[in-house]
Amino acid sequence: MFEHIQFNSVAEFLQMGKYTFHVWSVYGLFTVFILVNLFLPRVQRRQFIREQRNKALRDAQLAKNTAVEQERDGASGEAS
Amino acid sequence: MWQWFFRLGSPKWFYEMSGKWLPWLLVLMTVLMSVGVFWALLFVPQDYQQGDTIRIMYVHVPVASISLACFPLMAIAGVITLVWKMKLADMVAKCAAPIGAWFTAVALATGAIWGQPIWGTWWAWDARLTSMLIQFFLLIGVIALRSAIESPDAAAKACALLAIVGAINVPIIKYSVEWWNTLHQPASEFSMDEGNAFGPEIWVPLLIMIFAVYCFFVISLILSTRNEILQRERRAQWVMDIVAKEQV
Repeated sequence: MFEHIQFNSVAEFLQMGKYTFHVWSVYGLFTVFILVNLFLPRVQRRQFIREQRNKALRDAQLAKNTAVEQERDGASGEAS
Repeated sequence: MWQWFFRLGSPKWFYEMSGKWLPWLLVLMTVLMSVGVFWALLFVPQDYQQGDTIRIMYVHVPVASISLACFPLMAIAGVITLVWKMKLADMVAKCAAPIGAWFTAVALATGAIWGQPIWGTWWAWDARLTSMLIQFFLLIGVIALRSAIESPDAAAKACALLAIVGAINVPIIKYSVEWWNTLHQPASEFSMDEGNAFGPEIWVPLLIMIFAVYCFFVISLILSTRNEILQRERRAQWVMDIVAKEQV
């Protein structure tokens, strides 16, 4: 298998003949493209879950405050 | 048959099933991609005219050919949206547009990098290149149209129509190299003989890369569709359960 490798040394492989920039920039771009498209959805998902949790917390807090206010109003109503 | 079809259209069902498919698809993609990239970079013989730039083909051709799958996919999803009003179809169509735009942009960029040493120019107003650029702008158009219309139902319908019309461009891209005399070369014919200009030692790794990039396309489409499902179904109890349980 290894006798079919087209390059005689690592330096030769990295150089890619006359086309160092062309070959490696294409493979670099491809790597970035794949990584970004796999990780961006993960980031968005976490962001969504955080937002929804904060919203649930706010809603719960709001419900609690309203309940407290209603109780107080109810109590003062009775007193008068 | 119909029951199956409509169950597939249920966002919750799709979310649960795709969660099971994803690890397998990721493994398959990683294996194919590693084999393909190593083969392309180390073992593919230099082209007698193009030298080592032949290795660019193993990125450019898979990305460009899969970018062509995007409009037909959006058009089919569009028909399903218009006829059966299936919610999932519209979510897939929405998520496919930006992914397709990415693929088209990468195909254009890698093509330019390949064209510079081989044709002596980064860009030419050639039929293949121009029709690809039109596809890119059409995809940007679909994304802009969706964000411009406030009502989600109206946006879904408008985007479905634009996707169906835009799919006309796909055969034009495909056959541009045969219909017009282009700088871009026509598709090579597969040959079984070793030592042929397009023999198995050249196209087997190309085929592997095409499958690998296909897996990647499906994975990124599933990932962003799952996010879209969560977003649109956020008031459903099953989504609230996921939000409550997941570690972030």
